[in-house]
Amino acid sequence: MKKNQKKMLIRIIAATVLTIACIICERFISAWYVMLLLYMIPYLIAGYDVLRKAGHGIRNRQVFDENFLMSIATLGAIFVGISNALKGGDGDYLEAVAVMLLYQTGELFQSIAVGRSRKNISSLMDIRPDYANIEDENKNLKRVDPDEVEIGSIIIVNPGEKIPLDGIVREGSSSLNTAALTGESVPMDVSKGSQVLSGCINLSGVLKIETTSDFEESTASKILELVENAASRKSTSENFISKFAKYYTPIVCFSALALAVLPPLFLLLAGRDPVIFTWIYRACTFLVISCPCAVVISIPLSFFAGLGGASSSGILIKGSNFLETLSKVRYVVFDKTGTLTHGTFEVTAVHHTPLAAEELLRITAHLEGHSSHPIAMSIKKAYKKELNLDIVKDIREISGKGICGTVDGRSVAAGNAALMQVLGIDYKDCHHTGTIIHVAMDGSYAGHIVISDTIKQSSKEAIAELRKAGIKRTVMLTGDSEKVARSVAEAVGIDEFHAGLLPDEKVSRVEELLRLKGTKEKLAFAGDGINDAPVLSISDIGIAMGALGSDAAIEAADVVLMDDDPKKIAKAIRIAKKCLRIVHENLIFSISIKVLCLILGAFGIANMWIAILADVGVMILAVLNAIRALFVKEV
Amino acid sequence: MKKTYPIEVDCANCAEKMENAAKNTDGVKDATVSFMTLKMKVEFEDGADPDSVMKNVLSNCKKVEEDCEIFL
Repeated sequence: MKKNQKKMLIRIIAATVLTIACIICERFISAWYVMLLLYMIPYLIAGYDVLRKAGHGIRNRQVFDENFLMSIATLGAIFVGISNALKGGDGDYLEAVAVMLLYQTGELFQSIAVGRSRKNISSLMDIRPDYANIEDENKNLKRVDPDEVEIGSIIIVNPGEKIPLDGIVREGSSSLNTAALTGESVPMDVSKGSQVLSGCINLSGVLKIETTSDFEESTASKILELVENAASRKSTSENFISKFAKYYTPIVCFSALALAVLPPLFLLLAGRDPVIFTWIYRACTFLVISCPCAVVISIPLSFFAGLGGASSSGILIKGSNFLETLSKVRYVVFDKTGTLTHGTFEVTAVHHTPLAAEELLRITAHLEGHSSHPIAMSIKKAYKKELNLDIVKDIREISGKGICGTVDGRSVAAGNAALMQVLGIDYKDCHHTGTIIHVAMDGSYAGHIVISDTIKQSSKEAIAELRKAGIKRTVMLTGDSEKVARSVAEAVGIDEFHAGLLPDEKVSRVEELLRLKGTKEKLAFAGDGINDAPVLSISDIGIAMGALGSDAAIEAADVVLMDDDPKKIAKAIRIAKKCLRIVHENLIFSISIKVLCLILGAFGIANMWIAILADVGVMILAVLNAIRALFVKEV
Repeated sequence: MKKTYPIEVDCANCAEKMENAAKNTDGVKDATVSFMTLKMKVEFEDGADPDSVMKNVLSNCKKVEEDCEIFL
């Protein structure tokens, strides 16, 4: 508990004890003014700051707020008590004291709850590095502020420490916990030459890292900035609340005034007893009920918890407004490469070879040994073992066709169909989609290797989950050929696809979809952030995937997925829906209870006790409900 | 130019009041207060001196909510 919260707690306890003492004294003391003075002690202990703030508000022409409502209501109740006593009846001051006490208890609870969730959420996003270790001239480790480290410096990260700046590992190997960045719990292995991002925690070995960015530009700072800014973009519900509070409080105050004045006036005109104090009391009850705290606090708290929960699973949402839009998404448009597929080329098959597939890969990998062409790289990757380049001789590259040479003393040629035609070799065509590498050995055909972009394992599941989350239609856009697009679309179960699109055609496709959908339905575009910035920005909500380290994507998108798992899109939508459901529950629940109590209060059915219990009770329930938005593991 | 300041305030409604007070201060182009992160983000008008503007922002905020604090 913070210092002022402790002070408040002590005040509440002291005032409660004194109030009980007053109740006991009431049995022995009959003079009303003595009782009034006695009751004033706990009243002022509990509520002096409320009265002071109300006074301060009036002086600065900021009249209508909770403090004003509570002050008028409790002072009104005391006034009614005094006038009853003057008429010879029982003066009841307990009510005013109790209302003030309960109100303050509610406020204290609220402040503790908000403080707790604020702490929880910031610990989820605890990626801010406190220091960096550098070596001084005598090879001693020195702790410095990450702000002071220049690009290209060597920093040392011990096991258990946070990596303070982005960089490349120069010495050592280790595994990293990236959970704070990606929500992924499996550690990532790094060794010499690996790129590492700030905010990860070093788990096992000492790493020497050459920094590639300064602190301001590092991943950790960028993410923190994004998360901190998120809370300042307000959703329409939040804007509704602030507008609501602006009109609501004055309306309630004037209705209370009307309730105190008009009915007695009518009764008087009708020639009956105006029972003016009964109506003043009812007006006070009305004011207590009307206190809008439950709504005002629980809505932003729900959004904040939702944003925090999402970022703990590696989903960064740039504002409450996007959380709201996300919950209304009915159409999801995907970019193919890098989103549903890995975007890297892999050997997917070896066909028509008289040799073992392994052997063909071995020979081709050696032949391509010196090449850094993406296709050569993927063949070498598929071979997996170390290359012995001594067995390779006479390498000739034939531009646009392939490569020839001798491996193990046998002449080998590998390349496309054109190369086989030039060499006059009878080759077999392939029905698979992808890039085909034909191989010839000693002048005869030795089969072909199929290289293609592979579909992500979770893509199919992701589409199914989206459908379960209420998505009406999934669309895939790609610049790739019809044949490739169809096979991917069929494999993952996408509803609609458009192939062979140029970047500007993707934009016009999305524009067309935007025109066709209903106004309340939203369209999300998910891409890997490379070359699709225009589409990200025209869609209702742009989702960038695998955005770690890609600044452009983080800039252009509204939702950033820290890893490249397409299932996270469905998860983001589910988190948004849960959060919005909680927001609506709180809005409907607290406003309807308020309205009910207001009506009961106006007719004198609910007294001030019921009023304040309803107010504090609704607030506590709404706050607890709001905190639920933070729990997203099971969503 | 934009700057972010940590703040201290007890209630969401008061944060709203601070935001309006800050927005209406001379030299401030736009301001947002987030009650949840306890941060005030201020966008200054061109040529305004942040330090002196922020002093006015603080005194305006104190007028509407005396318990608030901006850590300059």
